[in-house]
Amino acid sequence: MPATTTLRTRPRPARAPRPARRRTAESAGSPLLLGHGRLPRVLAGTALAVFALLWLTPFALALVTSLQSERDVASSGLNPLKGALTLESYRQIVERGNVPVWAVNSLLIATLVTVITVVISTLAAYAFSRGTFRGRRVLLAVTVASIMVPPQLLIVPLFQQMRAFNLVDTYWAVILPQVVAPMMVFILKRFFDAVPRELEEAARIDGASELRVFRSVVLPLSRPIVAAVSVFVFIGAWNNFLWPFIIINDSSLMTLPVGLATVRESYGIQYAQSMASALLAAAPLILVFLFFQRRIVKSVATTGLGGT
Amino acid sequence: MSTQASPETVAPRDGGDGGVPEPSPTAGRSGPRQRRSGGWFVLPFAVCFGLFMLWPVVHGIAMSFTDESLTLAGTSFVGFDNYVEAFGDAAVWNALGNTLFFTLITTVPLVLIALGMALLVHTGLAGQWLWRLAFFAPYLLPVAVVTLIWQWVYQPDLGLANQLLNALGFGPVGWLSDEAVAMWAIALLTVWWTVGFNFLLYLAALQSLPDTLYEAAALDGAGAWRRLWSITLPQLRRTTVLVGMLQVLASLKVFDQIYILTKGGPNDSTRPILEYIYDVGFTGYRLGYASAISYLFFALIIVVSIAQLRFFPRQEG
Repeated sequence: MPATTTLRTRPRPARAPRPARRRTAESAGSPLLLGHGRLPRVLAGTALAVFALLWLTPFALALVTSLQSERDVASSGLNPLKGALTLESYRQIVERGNVPVWAVNSLLIATLVTVITVVISTLAAYAFSRGTFRGRRVLLAVTVASIMVPPQLLIVPLFQQMRAFNLVDTYWAVILPQVVAPMMVFILKRFFDAVPRELEEAARIDGASELRVFRSVVLPLSRPIVAAVSVFVFIGAWNNFLWPFIIINDSSLMTLPVGLATVRESYGIQYAQSMASALLAAAPLILVFLFFQRRIVKSVATTGLGGT
Repeated sequence: MSTQASPETVAPRDGGDGGVPEPSPTAGRSGPRQRRSGGWFVLPFAVCFGLFMLWPVVHGIAMSFTDESLTLAGTSFVGFDNYVEAFGDAAVWNALGNTLFFTLITTVPLVLIALGMALLVHTGLAGQWLWRLAFFAPYLLPVAVVTLIWQWVYQPDLGLANQLLNALGFGPVGWLSDEAVAMWAIALLTVWWTVGFNFLLYLAALQSLPDTLYEAAALDGAGAWRRLWSITLPQLRRTTVLVGMLQVLASLKVFDQIYILTKGGPNDSTRPILEYIYDVGFTGYRLGYASAISYLFFALIIVVSIAQLRFFPRQEG
């Protein structure tokens, strides 16, 4: 998916379809919400700036702290101008080696969760939308009902289950329970329900198998929704805390959130290092968002969650 | 067809809901050969769903009627003892109260601030990417990162929060150590952390509003303020219902940030119900009792969901 998304976003600066999409995406807001007066714009701009400042402050604090030496942090607290800036904390963290290992674990686990979830959910959602297999309605009802089950509810029995399967302290124990995503199946099914069936019928008449119809007719149409679901599953898996925290004890198998939480106490009063590790852990997803934010906002719209 | 033929021809033989066409508008259109299609497609999900959702749910219910322990081998059936004990357990009620309090003080700001942010960003002022990044970036942080940063903000002597108070001439506050303050401090960081998701839902909804409504209003001479109140907000009603419902359910499930920051303290004043379940099951080793409390909590969630569905109109038109 990343490959295709880059391909699709790149051509935009070529500027051919630009005027059309600008209207709906951006310029739509200004005259319609604000009017033409000067005062409302100034007020709205000020309010935005205040909000943004508040929301960015913790990041700024983390950044400034991480660039100071531990001694300066401990003595001067928040005065960023006192003492020289240094990358010492970052060096120490990378040298200790935990954070990179955890980042790799997180990446591996989140990627596998995303791939498996998206594949099985898409297939199931399509079957729920079009299929006529036995028990379809019962299974669909149970799936939708299970959206309400808080994942934490399952932790005790799942833990027992993983112990019985002898999977405690393995990647699979972290991954498998996360691939069941009823909400995503529901979102995808609603999308498929809205896709007209004529194209599929045509392909079927041409003798294409169901799998073939799905792969070459339905999937290409569903790229935005599949991308949106992938993004949400990935964020969820990357940030998941409780389950990996319970099922993984081996430090070399831990994910970033779990690893950081376990060493939190050992940082003690080393705030520069703790902020540096926080920022290192935060960086990957934020960079991804920076590159794809426009798409991500649009993706949310396609899930129908935000749509009116 | 050949690869898909087997399930389609095998399945129809058992009667079940038989040849009755699905009520969906299109089922009738599919040819006779598709009458039993989709079985293979749903199979991988169904297997995972059965293993990692249905089975744990059922096993959990069964466990709640036993005295199963994490460490002891023998397990015996105890009937409703666990449930009876839970109703008389003051710690359950305390944790439940904390959870409801947290839900109350986070849901309202998480909906209103998200709406305000989305409206402001949607005005189309310059710097769109910056606003979106600022508001959504915290949502992308793992909980451990959020708690690292906020622990530093709330640090009693050097932390930003107390330094600001100090600069304004107020005394220091025990953000995470004062019983009266701790839950508010957690709520504040939760709003900062998760408002971005609601913001994005609102922004997507705003962007999908049809321009024609506004054009008509502009022709009628409605001012900006007027358009906001009589077009934009009413149009966003369904989104607000959705965001509010999702938020209540999410807030009821609070655990991670509290567990990491305060472990439920000081004096259990921030311990939510899920942490009590965790404490009972994994620290106290009483899996049976933990399951019973889990299911009482689940019952509460179902009641809340049904109440919401009854009080608010359904999502789909």
